[in-house]
Amino acid sequence: MIKTLLKSVRQYKRESLLAPLFVAFEVAIECMLPLMMAKLIDQMAGETMEPIVKIGVVLVIMALLSLMCGIISGRMAAIASCGFARNLRRDLFFRIEDFAFADIDHFSTSSLVTRMTTDVTNVQNAYQMIIRVAIRTPLMIIFSMTMCLTINARMALIFLALLPILGIVLFGISMYVHPIFRRIFRKYDDLNNSVQENVAAIRVVKSFVREDYEKEKFGHAAQEVCHDFTSVEKILAINNPFMMLCIYSAFMLVSFFGANMIINTAGSSLTTGQLSSLINYGVQILSSMMMLSMIFVMTSMATESASRIVEVLTWDSSLASPENGLTEVPDGSICFDHVSFRYHKESKKAALADVNLDIASGQTVGVMGGTGASKTTLIQLISRLYDVSEGSVRVGGHDVREYDLNTLRDSVAVVLQKNVLFSGTIKENLRWGNKNATDEELIRACKAAQADEFIEQMPDGYDTYIERGGSNVSGGQKQRLCIARALLKCPKVLILDDSTSAVDTKTDALIRRAFLTAIPETTKIIIAQRVSSVQDADVILVLDDGRIVEQGTHEELLAKHGIYWEAYETQTKSREAV
Amino acid sequence: MKEKKENSRIENGSFPRLVRYLFRHYAPHLVTVMICIVISACASVVATVFLQRLIDECITPGITGGMASVWDRLLSILISMGMIYLLGVVAAFTYTRIMAIVTQGTLMHLREDMFDRMETLPIKYFDTHAHGDIMSTYTNDVDTLRQMIGQSLPQIFQVSLTILSIICLMLYYSLWLTLVVFVFAGIMFFVTKKFGGASSRYMIAQQRSLADEEGFIEEIMDGQKVVKVFCHEEESKEDFLKLNDQLFEDGTKAHIYGNILGPILNNLGNLLYVLVAVVGALLIGFDVMNIGFAGTATISAGIIVSFLGMARQFSQTIGQVSMQVSMIAMGIAGAGRIFELIDEEPEHDEGYVTLVNATKDLQGNLTESDHVTGLWAWKHPHQADGTVTYTELKGDIQLAHVDFGYVPEKMVLHDISLYAKPGQKIAFVGATGAGKTTITNLINRFYDIEDGKVRYDGININKIKKPDLRRSLGIVLQDVNLFTGTVMDNIRYGRLDATDEECIAAAKLTNADSFITRLPQGYQTMLTGNGANLSQGQRQLLSIARAAVADPPCMILDEATSSIDTRTEALVQNGMDNLMEGRTVFVIAHRLSTVRNSKAIMVLDHGRIIERGDHDSLIAQKGTYYQLYTGAFELE
Repeated sequence: MIKTLLKSVRQYKRESLLAPLFVAFEVAIECMLPLMMAKLIDQMAGETMEPIVKIGVVLVIMALLSLMCGIISGRMAAIASCGFARNLRRDLFFRIEDFAFADIDHFSTSSLVTRMTTDVTNVQNAYQMIIRVAIRTPLMIIFSMTMCLTINARMALIFLALLPILGIVLFGISMYVHPIFRRIFRKYDDLNNSVQENVAAIRVVKSFVREDYEKEKFGHAAQEVCHDFTSVEKILAINNPFMMLCIYSAFMLVSFFGANMIINTAGSSLTTGQLSSLINYGVQILSSMMMLSMIFVMTSMATESASRIVEVLTWDSSLASPENGLTEVPDGSICFDHVSFRYHKESKKAALADVNLDIASGQTVGVMGGTGASKTTLIQLISRLYDVSEGSVRVGGHDVREYDLNTLRDSVAVVLQKNVLFSGTIKENLRWGNKNATDEELIRACKAAQADEFIEQMPDGYDTYIERGGSNVSGGQKQRLCIARALLKCPKVLILDDSTSAVDTKTDALIRRAFLTAIPETTKIIIAQRVSSVQDADVILVLDDGRIVEQGTHEELLAKHGIYWEAYETQTKSREAV
Repeated sequence: MKEKKENSRIENGSFPRLVRYLFRHYAPHLVTVMICIVISACASVVATVFLQRLIDECITPGITGGMASVWDRLLSILISMGMIYLLGVVAAFTYTRIMAIVTQGTLMHLREDMFDRMETLPIKYFDTHAHGDIMSTYTNDVDTLRQMIGQSLPQIFQVSLTILSIICLMLYYSLWLTLVVFVFAGIMFFVTKKFGGASSRYMIAQQRSLADEEGFIEEIMDGQKVVKVFCHEEESKEDFLKLNDQLFEDGTKAHIYGNILGPILNNLGNLLYVLVAVVGALLIGFDVMNIGFAGTATISAGIIVSFLGMARQFSQTIGQVSMQVSMIAMGIAGAGRIFELIDEEPEHDEGYVTLVNATKDLQGNLTESDHVTGLWAWKHPHQADGTVTYTELKGDIQLAHVDFGYVPEKMVLHDISLYAKPGQKIAFVGATGAGKTTITNLINRFYDIEDGKVRYDGININKIKKPDLRRSLGIVLQDVNLFTGTVMDNIRYGRLDATDEECIAAAKLTNADSFITRLPQGYQTMLTGNGANLSQGQRQLLSIARAAVADPPCMILDEATSSIDTRTEALVQNGMDNLMEGRTVFVIAHRLSTVRNSKAIMVLDHGRIIERGDHDSLIAQKGTYYQLYTGAFELE
């Protein structure tokens, strides 16, 4: 897991290595300081100023060096950790962009967003902590210990004896706390989910007068988080006092034995200055241990985040573009050969079951069917948004899995049911279809999609700014813009998934007529609820429960007196009466 | 500039307010914590003088007099120190534990207060605030407070105590040396302010860049299918990289300033140490009269040694505070946003007419009942004469000369008058932006009308308590919001005490049953992410079932069947018509087949009703409706 993460360090390797290196220098100087200070103290009782000034100058130089190292390492650590996070976010985003829908469904959008923000921030903080502090503390302990040993080996044993005790206790605490943190993260997710749902669904909450119910639900979730968090923090609260206990006991022991030693040997094996620096080093050792335990806690929080990130990074897109895939789609013919499809491997019921279908290039195909009949599923297999579970889908005579993905999707244009425009001008949105489209081409496509007229009426015409989610154009306008955008791709296959539902019947008819003259070669697949949208099609498919139950022209289907006929009747009965 | 002032005002006020908030909930806890901190701070200060006493009182005389002469003294010093230390440890343990309770408890109270307030805010708030911003108050801002309350506040309190006591001690020993320390303290303060300030400024910038990036990711993820079918991955990656670089830059700056503050302060502390030593030595060398609270005397080596210890502790303590500077700045900014949400003006409700269960006697008089009777009545107390009248709940709705605009400058509705008798189905037809949804927003008082009157069963709806008004109205919206939970939970949302059988009956009535029973776990299937694994039409069916279970006398269907195929829609409509027999229904639909069998159809255009009548009479009028219906006119 760590290996995968560290791959994202890349160009910040230098900083990531320099930071701990300079930290090491800093630590070295910092550890020498008490030694020099002890010398200074020993000189205090002396008669002349000279040694004091000398040592003072050395101390000042050391301080300056330490300052320099500190600044460099701090800078490097900041760049390294922020850069690491930047690469991580980039890698995640790029990886997600290559995901198939099955993969996105697997993770869920909101979870992917959280992974890219909160989790990366957690890992970033932990990384900075590690390259600065995790190097610092063990070094500090080693340096200080060595110093203590050189000053007086016997006294140093006191610290040495305390070290494992402290280590075991702190390590034990972090181990104990880790699983609780995992639980807290999950509960925390629930809590935030509850807020998010309420913000999004406030109209539902208010119209059903469920404010109190929601408050109670939220209050419960908040209490759960509070309860678990409090219990963790209570355990962590042992850390600090326990360290103090150790420091103080060490003080007492060192003072007692130190005083004895000084007195008994009349200062020959230990001086008062040495005693005070022993105590100083002792403080450093023990507070380093304390830092180490803090790192444990922090990393135990970050490990959870890291594993969530790595999960995305190592997730193999279930829909990879084949190597050396075909880069040209010969024509717009489509063939479904015994196609079955399941959204999840485990699900018992297939969304599509044994579908067989042959569409010649240039044909217009209408698709109808009830809610949940898998109409959308059917067309998503053509542009390979999902892969079939059994059988094969062929476009232009080749299995869709043989094509280079970009080639396939450039040749198969889909206007989706849940249409999205992005914040930007109309032109920018249209150019999604073809980056290099000229203004004339844009206008031609918009004319075919019957969008030109309303665009011209807008204050800034084709430069009108579309708000996020296209909130400043109406549903019907949005649909026509999306159709124009798809037309700009000059596709071999054009699929409209219920994309004229908000357009009135007359405009709908005009759009279809424009298709016949503008893109006669293109295979057109139209999913619609309105019979009038599909009745002129060369072939009409009626889907029910994942199967094609009726297939034929308008007249043939009417003669069957089946589902199609029924829909036709309900939609046109009274119109004929007018 | 003005905005900046505004911000600082909020931040200035939020800190004392946060402290007050803490005390309101945890006064006894906090007092205990403060006492414990005092004890523990004292213990740590005493630790500094300990060595000096040991040296001066035991070791120095011991060297000449031998161990036996100072043995008792040594033991008594050690024992008394041990006691003090133990006390310090116990105090520290106590206050960290209590602080854990206080911190998490306060966060819980804050969350609950925010949520409670949020639930009472008018719809307008949600329509005018980015949802991501509201979310980030719950997550990021509360998180920063955890750090601040749990660690920074006690540490600051302890540190100021430590500093105060160190200063006292210093003054006790030597005035001259204290002055040296003061000069340095000034420099340290200045440095902290400068670097800490820069760090927190960039921290806040970093949070903003993070929010921008989050917004971008969400937009792209929402439109992921579009990105894919247009092979637009490369372009969105480019856009992403720009935002990512900005975040990197702000983050790096924030962290650099934060990271180098520590070393600077530490080494200033080291310089201070040298300076104190040199000045101390000079004082000795020149035999300068020392002034301190202990009295005036010549300075001793022991005093300087202790003083050096104190100077070191002093600078280390300030170093600790410096780590907290940016935490506190972020915490206060977070608290500001939290309090802003808590201070939002809640929805006004001056209503006093309530909905009660009632029974009807033979004469047709209504009396209030304390159990569910199936009959509801409006309880209308009259303030003038103190009497109470009861009006049966029927679902009779009347709008009279209603004007309305979301912003005062732009009126959306002009002089709308209409009535709906119980049992009637009223439809609104018109282009996007014609004001169809706005009318329904007024009936359930998501927004309040500017001018005119809306009456429900003859009562001005301003007099009706909002919850009671809304309980009597069922609303199904085009955008379906489902909650995390089972399918059954989601249907039951309409009426919490509905039995499983009632929920299933509602699902059957609205034709949702057939797809639900085909789900892997049927009614017990878990829905997550707003029902992500259901199709658009299936989600609409569920939301209709949810409203059906509530069984309200009046129902508003706002494009509720737009993604349902016409055949299923016809089945749903039959079910709904049966359910709503004798009740009022408002229907908004694009699909004219949906509204055809309505009692009255209102054709709206730019906030005015331009045609009204039933289907046949409107067709006969050969006006806009006729054109719409025959496809000669575009519905935009």
